[in-house]
Amino acid sequence: MPLTAEQDRRRSWISLLAQSDAPTLAALWAESGLAADFHWLRAPETGGVMVQGRMGASGAAFNLGEMTVTRASLQLDDGTVGHAYVQGRDKTKAQIAAQVDALMQTGQAERAEAAILAPLRAAGVARRSARAARAAATKVDFFTMARGDV
Amino acid sequence: MYVAVKGGERAIENAHAWLDEERRGDPAFAALSLAQIREQLSLAVDRVMAEGSLYDPDLAALAIKQARGDLIEAIFLIRAYRTTLPRLGTSRPVDTGAMACDRRISATYKDAPGGQVLGPTFDYTHRLLDFKLAAEGTPAPAPAPQATARTAPTPHIAAYLQDEGLMQSEPADDTAPSDITRTPMSYPAGRAVRLQSLARADEGFTLGMAYSTQRGYGYNHAFVGELRIGRVPVEMDVPELGFAVEIGEIELTECETVNQFKGSRTSPPQFTRGYGLVFGKGERKAISMALVDRALRWEELGEDNTGAAAQDEEFVLSHGDNIQATGFLEHIKLPHYVDFQSELELVRKMRRDAGAGNTAEAAE
Repeated sequence: MPLTAEQDRRRSWISLLAQSDAPTLAALWAESGLAADFHWLRAPETGGVMVQGRMGASGAAFNLGEMTVTRASLQLDDGTVGHAYVQGRDKTKAQIAAQVDALMQTGQAERAEAAILAPLRAAGVARRSARAARAAATKVDFFTMARGDV
Repeated sequence: MYVAVKGGERAIENAHAWLDEERRGDPAFAALSLAQIREQLSLAVDRVMAEGSLYDPDLAALAIKQARGDLIEAIFLIRAYRTTLPRLGTSRPVDTGAMACDRRISATYKDAPGGQVLGPTFDYTHRLLDFKLAAEGTPAPAPAPQATARTAPTPHIAAYLQDEGLMQSEPADDTAPSDITRTPMSYPAGRAVRLQSLARADEGFTLGMAYSTQRGYGYNHAFVGELRIGRVPVEMDVPELGFAVEIGEIELTECETVNQFKGSRTSPPQFTRGYGLVFGKGERKAISMALVDRALRWEELGEDNTGAAAQDEEFVLSHGDNIQATGFLEHIKLPHYVDFQSELELVRKMRRDAGAGNTAEAAE
């Protein structure tokens, strides 16, 4: 079933928060001045997720190994629910991610987008393009050698 | 008679206190930070994650520090920690076709779409010690040269041969594979279980098995059709949301070999493949895994079993795990006083009996 536009946007910010660097996220949250009073629906919990691959990259699924993930769910005082599934074992990261997920569904969305998500997105783009540009510089240019007998 | 003995508590405590001191080394030198291990010994970190079967670079760095650089001990620590983690779910199979490749090479197609991208490789270095690295306080190297990056995804080489019908296809199948961390191994194991087991198998063992196939034991000539290293997002369906989200990004090394196949009664001559996929940067391991995977597929492809070790699923899977192997190997150094006493008694008795016989013979 295709996602609604709203679900697609939510999917995108939850994914961004999941991959963020924990200290960066904590610093952005502290600087943002955003606040979200809440109670836990599920306090942060660290566990493993089994990562699957495919045989020959395209075939049947197999279990590759696990990765650490921390999840949390909370409810703001206005009733909005925020969820987080973030890479790693940082419980503060999961809490902030769930708070931002909740705030993004409220009137605070614009502020959270500007103060948290936009800088995270920019950092991700910068990180990826720095690697991609270095990789591109190691691409082999073949040239034909002139043979001695011609 | 079995006599339980107890003792050595103080000796053990003191041994561990000394271990802590030795681990730290000379306190005149700065202690290693986890960030230093993670950033500067990243291939050791990757190996511990791959064979520990848990992707978490900070934990792997901690394990390496605690194990004083003994990687198998570090892998043991990670495996033990892994068992304490509740399983939060299973990801969707990662899409390595969407990988942001740091490195991508093919030994079969010079002009592969996406190009031959070397990445930060040891290949073509002269393997001469670089004494500049021995100097302390050397400034960090200047940023490496950059060029305009491609934005298109890097297609898999095998797909081209598959489009021509020259490569055995690997049809997608999302049936939940058996999991060796949940279900004890039984044989025949099947390819999914073999791949899970090989992905976390000891690199040295896997390399040795792969090398044995190259030297003719279960020979199957392999080309490295493609080797790629890079990052992929990991997606998981989250029930409370009702849709899948990315829960993180991991670095993987993938190798696909292209192997000849003569064909059989049911299949025309075509290429077949071996597949290797490991956490982190581990191309020696990924290539080895692909070769061993291909050797183990002899039955499915109707090839001869030449009796080679690399074709023996039970041999490969039951000896490739360095934690299982270490556990059994190292247990023989623990006290076996009672076992040995009984052996000692037996040998003495046999010698007495033999001696008595000799004396009797001499008397005759």
